[in-house]
Amino acid sequence: MKKNHYVGRGILTLVAVFFAFAFLMPTVLTITNSFMTQSEISANYGTVFSNAAGNTNTYISDTVNLKFIPDKVSLSQYITVLIKSPDYLLKFWNSVILVVPIVLLQVGVASITAYSFTRWRGKFRSFLFFFYVILMLMPYQVTLVPNYLVSDWLGILNTRWAIIFPGMFAPFSVFLLTKFMRRIPASLIEAAKLDGSSEWQIFKDICLPQCRSALYSIAILVFIDYWNMVEQPLILLPDATKQPLSVYLSTINANEVGLAFAIATIYMVPCLLLFLHGEDYLVEGIAHQGSVKG
Amino acid sequence: MSMSRDKKLRVKKEKPLCPPGRKVRRAWDVSNERVRDMLHSMAFMGPSLLGVSVFFIVPFLVVVYYSVIRSPINPEFVFLDNFIAVLKNSSFQTAAKNTATFSIVAVPLAVVLSLGLALMLECRIPGKSWLRTFFLSPMMVPVASVVLIWQVVFHYNGTLNAVLSTFGVSPVDWLNSPYCQIVIIVLFLWKNLGYNMILFMAALNNIPKELLEVADVEGASPAHKFFNIKLRYLSPTVLFVTILSIISSFKVFREIYLLTGNYPYMGLYMMQHFMNNTFQNFDYQKMSSAAVLMALVMVVLIILLFKAEDAFGKDVEG
Repeated sequence: MKKNHYVGRGILTLVAVFFAFAFLMPTVLTITNSFMTQSEISANYGTVFSNAAGNTNTYISDTVNLKFIPDKVSLSQYITVLIKSPDYLLKFWNSVILVVPIVLLQVGVASITAYSFTRWRGKFRSFLFFFYVILMLMPYQVTLVPNYLVSDWLGILNTRWAIIFPGMFAPFSVFLLTKFMRRIPASLIEAAKLDGSSEWQIFKDICLPQCRSALYSIAILVFIDYWNMVEQPLILLPDATKQPLSVYLSTINANEVGLAFAIATIYMVPCLLLFLHGEDYLVEGIAHQGSVKG
Repeated sequence: MSMSRDKKLRVKKEKPLCPPGRKVRRAWDVSNERVRDMLHSMAFMGPSLLGVSVFFIVPFLVVVYYSVIRSPINPEFVFLDNFIAVLKNSSFQTAAKNTATFSIVAVPLAVVLSLGLALMLECRIPGKSWLRTFFLSPMMVPVASVVLIWQVVFHYNGTLNAVLSTFGVSPVDWLNSPYCQIVIIVLFLWKNLGYNMILFMAALNNIPKELLEVADVEGASPAHKFFNIKLRYLSPTVLFVTILSIISSFKVFREIYLLTGNYPYMGLYMMQHFMNNTFQNFDYQKMSSAAVLMALVMVVLIILLFKAEDAFGKDVEG
């Protein structure tokens, strides 16, 4: 009986480890391939990308090598990205000044809105909440074109605000945060109210500290989402000098695959740092909501 | 003594000024609590409501407007004509079919598999937190680099075919064959299982331990425990994960688009391709009608999901 148990656990562990490494593979590949020279990259993947670029249409019988470890570790791609052409760093900075305000503003707006949805209920407000859910679920392709028209009317087209404003009011974090805030016991708020706190004080001193980890985990999600945006800047911010690095990365051509891996690795660093710093919040933020389930 | 008299005097003096204001205020907050709450709630919700109106509702109304007129140059009201035209359009039919197939397969898979992973990590497995991080890692990888690797893996001369050929399986051109949906579903699952899993792990943690212990004592089978206790408590999370998975299922278009361009293999032609292409051809009517139809489907779907949660999770909440 007991032996059986151990065998079962062993198999489970193996399965879990197998899947975990399968999940990790593309991350590792991106990082290790960024240390390859361009010639090694083309030797390995040449077939794929010459076809993708439409240069040749005949299949070459060479199979493609997906290599984890470069033959010769080389920093040449990084030197190109970081030193030779300041263009990439500029685009990286573009990403930062677009995404950081979006994250801060979206979480800020969402927290007061979520407070409102939590604190006051009613037919009208639950309809409104439902409406937010619907809006959140709309694929952005649906409203991308009219968004273009609206930004044009407001005169913010081709400025960063054309991206920041819609991002700031995106209903996604309102939905998530409301879900979290509704777990805060009503008695806490009632008690504060009896003590004579104003609504703003209740929000600031009671609600926000309770959902600190939720706020952090939402910020991470929003950051990752916008950090990788491609479509919105293409339409709303056509000025190439203001576009974020994610747009450039997605349009990179077949001759620069090696460069793409290096840029992708650099681009991954902020996400990585956020993750390492906040993974526990990510779990805790969600775990917390249930433990105080009212 | 004199102090108190002073106070009294002052109060008396101010009295004529105070009462009217006070009375109004009292009427405001006592008999009209609802009005006050309304004002408060609007003060907190106002900024968001304003922004959402400008950047989401107005654009959507514009879409609705475009869907019922002949053309932007000739804004004649044609009501359902555009919708009928779109529904008859063969590209639209393909796109709708593919998108529906994808969502019907991928979203439930994303929910079930991530729950499975969460249950797996629930068991005492060594290195759990490392595994958790590994599962989350796909969230960080930039789309472009994912697309490059996916191309290498699923190319005709790619890694997957090379591996399969050692088992004697003849190569398949994955992205240009009926298997293409599988490639996209794998990509979608790879990207989203990690976070869903975390949500489920958190929810599993919150199931009252006493309940499970009682079940153990009474000799309930693991299956019984899972379906009658755990799943009940997980039902809000199931809904939550389903909603998040639907959202991310729309985002997979970005990967498909970067993998295969504007006109991919038939089986990968999604609703977003249709909208993108009609937009690029300045066919706003088709695009808007498709968008409105899509919105309607979403509304119905969400209502059903909410109702399902109400029906299933009520006895747990109470």
